[in-house]
Amino acid sequence: MLPDDTQRLTLPEPSLRSRSYLSLSLRRLLRKKLSVTCLVIIGIMYGSGIFAPLVSPYGYNDQDLSVAKQGPSLTHPLGTDRLGRDMLTRVMYGLRTTVIITVISLVTGALVLGIALGLIAGYFGRWADGVIMRVGEVTSAFPDIFLLLIIVATVKPRILEYVRNFEDATGIDWIVRLGIVDYLVISLALAVFSWFGMARLVRGQVLQARENQYVEASRAMGSSNLRILGIHLMPNIISPVIVSISAGLGAVAGAEIVLSWLGIGIQPPTPSLGVMIFENGNISVLRSDPHLTLVPSAVLVLLLFTFSLLGDGVNDAFNPRAR
Amino acid sequence: MATYIARRLLWVPFLLLITTFVTFALGRYGPGDPVEILMGQNFREEVAERLRAKYGLDDDIATQYIRYLGNVLQGDFGESYQYRGRSVTELLKDRIWVSAQLNLAALLISVTLGIAAGLFAALRQGTWWDSAMVTFTLVGQSLHVFLTIPIALLVFSLKLGWLPSHGWDGFFSTSIILPALVLGIPGVAIVTRLTRAATLDVIGQDYIRTARAKGLPEQVVRLRHILRNALIPVVTTLGFSLAGLASGSFIVELYFGIPGVGLLTIESLFSRDYPIIMAVTLLGTTLFVLANLVVDLIYPVLDPRIRLGGDYVAG
Repeated sequence: MLPDDTQRLTLPEPSLRSRSYLSLSLRRLLRKKLSVTCLVIIGIMYGSGIFAPLVSPYGYNDQDLSVAKQGPSLTHPLGTDRLGRDMLTRVMYGLRTTVIITVISLVTGALVLGIALGLIAGYFGRWADGVIMRVGEVTSAFPDIFLLLIIVATVKPRILEYVRNFEDATGIDWIVRLGIVDYLVISLALAVFSWFGMARLVRGQVLQARENQYVEASRAMGSSNLRILGIHLMPNIISPVIVSISAGLGAVAGAEIVLSWLGIGIQPPTPSLGVMIFENGNISVLRSDPHLTLVPSAVLVLLLFTFSLLGDGVNDAFNPRAR
Repeated sequence: MATYIARRLLWVPFLLLITTFVTFALGRYGPGDPVEILMGQNFREEVAERLRAKYGLDDDIATQYIRYLGNVLQGDFGESYQYRGRSVTELLKDRIWVSAQLNLAALLISVTLGIAAGLFAALRQGTWWDSAMVTFTLVGQSLHVFLTIPIALLVFSLKLGWLPSHGWDGFFSTSIILPALVLGIPGVAIVTRLTRAATLDVIGQDYIRTARAKGLPEQVVRLRHILRNALIPVVTTLGFSLAGLASGSFIVELYFGIPGVGLLTIESLFSRDYPIIMAVTLLGTTLFVLANLVVDLIYPVLDPRIRLGGDYVAG
């Protein structure tokens, strides 16, 4: 805390309002046209997913066999599938599934588990560090897509069974029908794989930050561990966390789509891009109606592409020196 | 150095023990009786009893797991349920060979095209060649096989009719071209990007100026001074991209009907063919861990400034 007159001496008036590193980085990000474009595209895709019931032109299961397998037209901008369902609507609902799963698995895996365990490992060290890092090494020793397959294939039917029994006992009937079990199991299985990368990153940042004098000073003033972690260490890790999340979003979205494509992820009739790609992925459909596969695949690639561009942009904005 | 390798290698069996335990427990925890799935419509209780006894499925899980470990230590991975009478070792040997050929072809495409393109772009920094390459690397990374497979099939199999859309005839045949290409494209983009960035980094170094100043021919400077130093980050990611390739090769094998490990794994998962699932887990984990170890060991060879054995190393 400097006395007021010292500040006035050293700094010109306008910059008295302090700008945090975070807001500076965000400003840098928003100055770039490419990053803003990516943000807008992702916003539109995520928005149309989240608000799919409001903005989609049809219902996702509205069948009209008289217009089955049509190409793009004014009434159906992306055409219709083999049951005459509107492709645009199905893509929007598919994106909704992607949004739900990426958000749940990121929040539970990377944000909550990853940051908490990373902070604990880095700050307390000793056996907490040892246990957390060894467990992480074991999870990352599995070829991830493979363990993901096993978890989803074995755990999901069991949980479905429990939930069905629960529904029978209580008279509730919408848990399985709405696909909530699918969403939860897949998100949590993905979370198992996303926490360690984040924990390792946070741990590294904390190891550096905790040596700072302000941490020592704060402890000398009698701050609790929780206060030191929350007020002094957390701000140090926000930027790398944002960079790492923006880089990892695409991978999570892609993994969900692969699982659903293999038939063990999201189950029809709940729409998912993976299910759409699987249903229309054979060579005869490709010969007669290529748009049925190409539309959902192109949406997937657009999503991955904008995420990777945004990830680059965020990285440049938050680590301006590491170009 | 030797202690470092020894420490890392000692950790491997421990990792394998845990991964087999997790897979075993998950497999048994999941629903579905392999014998029921195997017999399908012809299910008869007394035959099922006999099969369960034969495969040891009627013992409790702990006994089964310990027996499995004992057998594996003697090199016996058991017998497949779905392909009756064939041992897992024999089945996997054929499948691994197929998958290895496919992944090798994809890796060759990624590495040769990627390093060439990256070096090419970096040595022409600022020209439109360079910008074109950078654009390609940005798009190429996101080209998921879900999009490239249908497009490749549409163009090369259906419209032009040049290449087969399905099947497998070994490494030296036309049927490997499409799968290897779609599997390799994202890798080309990644290797190009890394090589370009690393080359640009190296070009600015003093020792490159020194090398040119002492009159070395440009070819020697490029090959021995620039390329060799620029390859360090490329080699690192190769280890990781091996794992990435494996997950991509699942999809490609299923799409093209290639009888590799990926296809076998999916079949086994759906028919609860535990011996194969376990063997694939063991194989995958071993490869993954060893690949990471090899990458760590190649580092100091390429860059003597790096010393091993210090802090935490991934893997």
